[in-house]
Amino acid sequence: MMDGHFDDVRTGEQRIRNFNINFGPQHPAAHGVLRLVLELDGEIVERCDPHIGLLHRGTEKLMESRTYLQNLPYFDRLDYVAPMNQEHAWCLAIEKLTGTAIPRRASIIRVLYSEIGRILNHLLNVTTQAMDVGALTPPLWGFEEREKLMVFYERACGARLHAAYFRPGGVHRDLPQELIDDIDRWAGGFPGVLDDIDGLLTENRIFKQRNVDIGVVSEQDALDWGFSGVMVRGSGLAWDLRRAQPYECYDEFEFGIPVGRHGDCYDRYLVRMGEMRESLKIIRQACDKLRTEKGDVLVRGKLTPPSRAEMKSSMEALIHHFKLYTEGFHVPEGEVYAAVEAPKGEFGVYLVADGSNRPYRAKIRAPGFLHLQAMDHVAGGHQLADVAAIIGTMDVVFGEIDR
Amino acid sequence: MPDELDELGAHIERMRPECVLGWSVDFGELNVEVASASVVAFAEFLKADMTCRFSTLVDVTAVDRPGRDARFEVVYHFLSMHRNQRIRTRCGLREDDMIASITGVFPAANWFEREVYDMFGIMFTGHPDLRRILTDYGFAGHPLRKDFPTTGYTEVRYDDALKRVVYEPVKLTQEYRQFDFMSPWEGAEYILPDEGGSGAGD
Repeated sequence: MMDGHFDDVRTGEQRIRNFNINFGPQHPAAHGVLRLVLELDGEIVERCDPHIGLLHRGTEKLMESRTYLQNLPYFDRLDYVAPMNQEHAWCLAIEKLTGTAIPRRASIIRVLYSEIGRILNHLLNVTTQAMDVGALTPPLWGFEEREKLMVFYERACGARLHAAYFRPGGVHRDLPQELIDDIDRWAGGFPGVLDDIDGLLTENRIFKQRNVDIGVVSEQDALDWGFSGVMVRGSGLAWDLRRAQPYECYDEFEFGIPVGRHGDCYDRYLVRMGEMRESLKIIRQACDKLRTEKGDVLVRGKLTPPSRAEMKSSMEALIHHFKLYTEGFHVPEGEVYAAVEAPKGEFGVYLVADGSNRPYRAKIRAPGFLHLQAMDHVAGGHQLADVAAIIGTMDVVFGEIDR
Repeated sequence: MPDELDELGAHIERMRPECVLGWSVDFGELNVEVASASVVAFAEFLKADMTCRFSTLVDVTAVDRPGRDARFEVVYHFLSMHRNQRIRTRCGLREDDMIASITGVFPAANWFEREVYDMFGIMFTGHPDLRRILTDYGFAGHPLRKDFPTTGYTEVRYDDALKRVVYEPVKLTQEYRQFDFMSPWEGAEYILPDEGGSGAGD
């Protein structure tokens, strides 16, 4: 089927046929293990069939045989460029089912680290997309900043990538004041770095030639194909879950929602650059709030472990700790859908609980899955070289698409 | 918010009494039970009706409940960016039943339905391209069914002698461990090997 039969072609002159080529799964611009089967007419893409699943690990099946807490680290491994944002959705789903309200300090810390995750993601995406279209310097500069943010991750939870920091009922550990000061100081200097990247790319002739009017997504397309995040905002819809359906304490923060106009790759780049600046505003506000807002970072109860000090003196606390980390907590029967505005778009978890210590069914709704699905629609009629630019601004990461 | 959802639920039931089997608002979310035969009509209604305007398909998935008569539950999530509302639509499905594809109404359903087919083996009639999507080329079985073992049936390795990748039945040095945390005092039902019946007896 893929190569077709050309028995009907007779003369040598007529033996011109469309080319089928494999783009990936080992292509540096495929951002992971994407295999695109492209049908080309000369250099024009006629049909684009993404083959996904090469990174399928069966996360949803595995989750059914593990406790709620054991499932949390799986979320780091979905979209591995912004791990904590995924954990957030899982925690919100559990908290919704159990009716848990988390302490205010924990809520602010979650916002702070979600925004750090957003910058992590956009830095990677903007700069590697630039690399896909021919610029080498931006990723080097961007990764230097990512490195600093990774250190903030590490100082909060001990891991640079697979954080497991957001827990049902709050966050794992409190942040030391020095870390908050350092994040604030970093946030003061980061606009300069953004200006540098801006200076390299925004008015760069080659970058604009490769991105302007490429991969145009209209508002109607964005709705039809179920886009979210930057993919809709680049097309002019000011839709952001942080604003439209505020979760955590996002309603207390002042930030803008950058919106594009044409829905092309270039606008999506601009939206991402704008979002990083807005995230910085949130980070600085969160740091300010954390200076005054002291207190516990975990609700004390069934979902969370007792404090160490308590375990030294109370037998019940010790038993609770043991049971929590072996059996895990039970979640009442019911089903919820919890979504967060992850850097890539709406990341949601549909959780069906049956009252036991394990989820009966958990469906992970990844934004990239829908974005990549529209590849045939968006890339059709473009040149082969534009495919790389489009994949780049769609911001696909296979950890979350293949699950 | 919950009041709005109640109103919306009542509105939907009033407008489409033949589709809606029941609705409820749980955990601040609107759930609507729909007959499996009228899924497409209902999706069209949700998209077109001015009070609903659920123009975005968020998710399509399924839940396997082997104990029930209608074994599968196909679950649709819709979002209205205009009204800032969400809705969940569920419909029960027997094991050998098919359900109509909603790709004609929401193109975004295409891959979701392929995934549900891949994972649960539910057939969608009228789907333009119902192939497996996440599993390996040539995979057999439907992994998210409850009767599919977590370990799977085959494993893959590179064979040095044959100079290619070979598929073999999965070999475990130890059973896949599924701990049972049910307290024996709280009604865990143990089936003892020789008695054949249920319940621990002595």
